[in-house]
Amino acid sequence: MTHTSREAMLARIRAAITKGNSATVVDGNSRTYDIPTDLDVTTRVAQFAHRVEEYKAWVGQCRGADIAAVIYARLQLRNAHTMVVPHDVPESWLMGEVTYVRDTGLSRHEIAACAGVITGAAVGIAQTGTIVLDGGATQGRRMLTLLPDYHVCVVRASTIVTSVPHAFSLLGQNAPTPRPAYTFISGPSATSDIELNRVEGVHGPRTLDVCIVTDW
Amino acid sequence: MSKPESVIIDLSPHFEVGAKQALQNTQLRRNMGKATQTIRAKRAAVVDEMQEWESLRVAGQHIKDDVMRNLDTYLIQLEAAVLRAGGHVHWARDAREANQIVTQLIQQAGAQEIIKVKSLTTDEIRLNEALHDAGITAIETDLAELIIQLANEKSSHILVPAIHKNRAEIRALFQKAMNLPDLTDEPVALAAAARQYLREKFMSVRVATSGANFAIAETGSVCVVESEGNGRMCLTMPDVLISIMGIEKILPRWDDLSVFMQLLPRSSTGERMNPYTTIWTGVHEGDGPREFHLVLLDNGRSDVLADTVGRQTLHCIRCSACINICPVYERTGGHAYGSVYPGPIGAILTPQLVGTAHASSLPYASSLCGACYDVCPVRINIPEVLVHLRGKVVAEKQATITGTLAPENIGMKTIAHIFRHPTLYEVAQKSGRLAQYFFVHDGYIEQGPGPLASWTKMRDFPAMANQSFREWWRERKHNDTHKS
Repeated sequence: MTHTSREAMLARIRAAITKGNSATVVDGNSRTYDIPTDLDVTTRVAQFAHRVEEYKAWVGQCRGADIAAVIYARLQLRNAHTMVVPHDVPESWLMGEVTYVRDTGLSRHEIAACAGVITGAAVGIAQTGTIVLDGGATQGRRMLTLLPDYHVCVVRASTIVTSVPHAFSLLGQNAPTPRPAYTFISGPSATSDIELNRVEGVHGPRTLDVCIVTDW
Repeated sequence: MSKPESVIIDLSPHFEVGAKQALQNTQLRRNMGKATQTIRAKRAAVVDEMQEWESLRVAGQHIKDDVMRNLDTYLIQLEAAVLRAGGHVHWARDAREANQIVTQLIQQAGAQEIIKVKSLTTDEIRLNEALHDAGITAIETDLAELIIQLANEKSSHILVPAIHKNRAEIRALFQKAMNLPDLTDEPVALAAAARQYLREKFMSVRVATSGANFAIAETGSVCVVESEGNGRMCLTMPDVLISIMGIEKILPRWDDLSVFMQLLPRSSTGERMNPYTTIWTGVHEGDGPREFHLVLLDNGRSDVLADTVGRQTLHCIRCSACINICPVYERTGGHAYGSVYPGPIGAILTPQLVGTAHASSLPYASSLCGACYDVCPVRINIPEVLVHLRGKVVAEKQATITGTLAPENIGMKTIAHIFRHPTLYEVAQKSGRLAQYFFVHDGYIEQGPGPLASWTKMRDFPAMANQSFREWWRERKHNDTHKS
């Protein structure tokens, strides 16, 4: 069934293309558009921090040596006692009276039972305050950053780019074989479905803390 | 293939009838007015901060133009890339075939219920109804879709299907359906109720369906843009994922997605970026579904592709900016359009998908003010397509005997004849001036006679001037000759 449908659809599409092509040819390959000028690192980081905060996430900046202390302070404030972490998150991020559960094949219920998750990130986008996870080092599988209600994300200043096109060209270095999945996160889970106002908190983590590491 | 016998519309929608009913609902008008004003202001603010906006719109238009010109090539490329990444590809000529494919896949997985990411395409093909007939329950997981499903109503907006409902109405609905008598009408509390209600489903249901905002031909990646995280849940948690996409949703290259990820969030929810976007490629051991199926749907789209003027309708990325800006939609709401696709984009898409004969009133559901064209992130010239479709509707009417004999047709034909002949034209002007004598008040006809009555029912008609331009011109020449 599907095979004949495929041929029938392609035949219809080909006939339609010929019939519907207008005389005026827009240059299909002209995809050029203005890309914002690259900001310097300090401005980039400041804009990223500011725009993430506008989504009602907490943002802090620290040096690499202080990551564990900053994270621990946040966990205490959020009253989070059990945190799941990807298997390759460095020990140096973790300290204090908290149970850190490494994901070495946990069940979905075990993950959901944790108060929160701590991960790294692949890219940060200053223009939009977006964090991109690509499942690479320190980020773990997608379920980890989805089921717990609280996400602490460590973003290296050196991975923050100016704009969306900058991010895509960085991520696209893997095309045509991209990583299995990318997740773009801009603030905590939210909805605009009630009277078109953005309200935080539906199915993803309702609390997002972002820790920018300035010297890494 | 015959015309899609599915789907989109409730019989033949008559916009005038629906609009009249809607306008009498003051609560609806209040809700709609508030919501559209809010979203317009948000969109304007985030679009204004983008200096490169116009160049992005042009790039978006050019990419889509390229897609349409080479759609067959890109579809074959996409198919190969999805297969390479471990996914499966299915081709569906119409709604019935798509529903059959999805039903079979769910049955093969041995599932009786599925979770759904909000998808207009599945609304278009009435997937939920088809699954219901096969004994499969489809659970909508988007907050607004859930509201609509619980209220047993139809969507009135492509992005925010429950835009016509205010918080008090939503609260009443949730109190009853979720058995939460103490629920308040705070949006945060309402969102929390939905979170709790659906969590168990996300944890246990083994099959999910989604639509697709974009699919990239060169990589086989599929992209879903969302806010709440229900999309991530459906794309991550189940064993089997089935995504249904219209063939026009394809983008040739990875970098093209960058253009649309700038255009879409700002145009649709008025945010710099939506909370969550997932871009996945095939299947991957240990992360996400074990099985991925992509269903490519035609369902009338190739007919649209064959129309030189109408084809640009397929460029649509379903952002809803045209709907939010439309003065007609703001007053009537979405139900008046009788289609899954309301507002200006619906007024051009629906008649083309189902045939103008089945939705002949929709191309007229517009004042042709052009605001929709101005805000469209891919520069679809909606007024141009509306006028083109009006022409089609008239031509179709003229092709029938009743249409030929209709007073409107005879009147228009007569007027056209008069306009082509200067002498007749002047005679008509003179007699018109005499005839209007009893109807003119302060330069306007407020209650016209005969066929003019249906026009003046809604608005005044300007009276004809006492002297026509031709008369004035002749008189001037005459006077000049006498002076010299």
